[in-house]
Amino acid sequence: MTRQWKLLDYALASLLRRKGKNLSILVIYTLTVATLASVLFLTQSLRQEATKVLSGGPDLVVQRLMAGRHELVPLNYADPIRKLPGVKSVQPRVWGYYYDSLKKVNLTLMGLPAEPEILVLLEGERPSKGQEIAVGRGIADTYGFGVGDSLLLIDAAGEKQLYRITGLFETGSDLLTNDLILFPEAELRRFFAMPTNRATDLAVSVYNPREVATLAQKVRYHLPDSRPIGKTEILHTYDTVFHWRSGMLLTVSLAALIAFCILAWDKATGISADERREIGILKAVGWDTTDVLALKFWEGLAVSLVAFLLGTILAWTHTYVFGAGLLAPVIQGWSVLFPDFDLTPSVDLYQLFILGMLTVTPYIACTVIPSWKAAITDPDSVMRS
Amino acid sequence: MYRAHLFAFCLCFMTVLLIALILQGFRQAVDQEVHWEGQRQLVSQLGLTDLALWSEARYTRHISQADLFTPFQNMPGAPDLFPAGSILPPAFSLPQTRVEVVRQESSQ
Repeated sequence: MTRQWKLLDYALASLLRRKGKNLSILVIYTLTVATLASVLFLTQSLRQEATKVLSGGPDLVVQRLMAGRHELVPLNYADPIRKLPGVKSVQPRVWGYYYDSLKKVNLTLMGLPAEPEILVLLEGERPSKGQEIAVGRGIADTYGFGVGDSLLLIDAAGEKQLYRITGLFETGSDLLTNDLILFPEAELRRFFAMPTNRATDLAVSVYNPREVATLAQKVRYHLPDSRPIGKTEILHTYDTVFHWRSGMLLTVSLAALIAFCILAWDKATGISADERREIGILKAVGWDTTDVLALKFWEGLAVSLVAFLLGTILAWTHTYVFGAGLLAPVIQGWSVLFPDFDLTPSVDLYQLFILGMLTVTPYIACTVIPSWKAAITDPDSVMRS
Repeated sequence: MYRAHLFAFCLCFMTVLLIALILQGFRQAVDQEVHWEGQRQLVSQLGLTDLALWSEARYTRHISQADLFTPFQNMPGAPDLFPAGSILPPAFSLPQTRVEVVRQESSQ
């Protein structure tokens, strides 16, 4: 045991002798781990948020397609669905988009059903009369409005309509309501000039969630021009979007991984003349090959463990304390009303373990293998070369 | 050996700090459950299907409701204009059935 402590002590002294080079390796290595871990933390948290929140959504959404495009669904489409065994309720949803050319943003306008009378996470009153609306925090902040103010919107007939804001969604619901405007359903139909016998789609609630796939097939059978979307598919969409192996986030991870590979390759392709001479001297004064390998193992382990721990702590601070400020623009894209959200920490220990294995092991291998090559060579020729 | 001991102490400190952060994260997730419950209720009341993340285009606002080919509907070969489109991968097909081939013993 004492021998290993002494080897570690010597390894640290050896690292400190080349502190410029080793410090730069440590910084690059730490930043690489921090980038990879930030992507892992961010995507894991967003997936957790989406899964937890959207699990309360409709079990099945039934859209109608015409000529391959989404079309308003007739309300009588709800009748054959209601008759299917296992269906609890069918609720027509009236919603659509409103493009504001001034702010270059698509607002989501939603008709409020008669039930329930009290909405959760809403400050102020539920819109009930014709010219009343409730808006998300993102809209209020962007336009500088609050409860009691009025918002001017242009309806389908091109007429200017002034709506009084009676309610404002609480900050905690930004991820869901940031760009949302709630209207009384009848008023939204009038605003969009939507016929009273049509809805945007149908939200179906079922008794047994395990029957959703079968019910979706039955809906397709009875209504061939429909497109049922199950809750599993909705959750799967977000699971795929925020998976660290998908899209843009994969690009960020890959860039960091490639940087790490270059670093490791540089280490693996050879050791410096100084290091070679040092190994030769150690062998000449009586060190065994195994001692040299143990020394290099401790050197590699010291650098990689410090880089892994520091990188992971940095990533945690970046993601959960500073709201992933460096990665958020990658996800934000051109979104004008991107919500501010406090990410709730979510750590998959398995992923963290894989990250550790992917970064620590190759680095140690890249440190030990070239040293082993030098250590098995004759000390005299090593020192002379 | 003071260097080795000092290094081991620093390593232990960082490990303990990381474990404390992870444990704090688990605790925070438990506390957050109350807020998630409120949000789940809102989703249930309004029948929401998507997160309000990307409002630049209709198909990026409700990604679970849009068709796969939505960005390309404007004209044949139209490119996807919005950066959010780079994040959204094509959905994997989820086959509902599975075909198994079982070799039968010959009846000779």
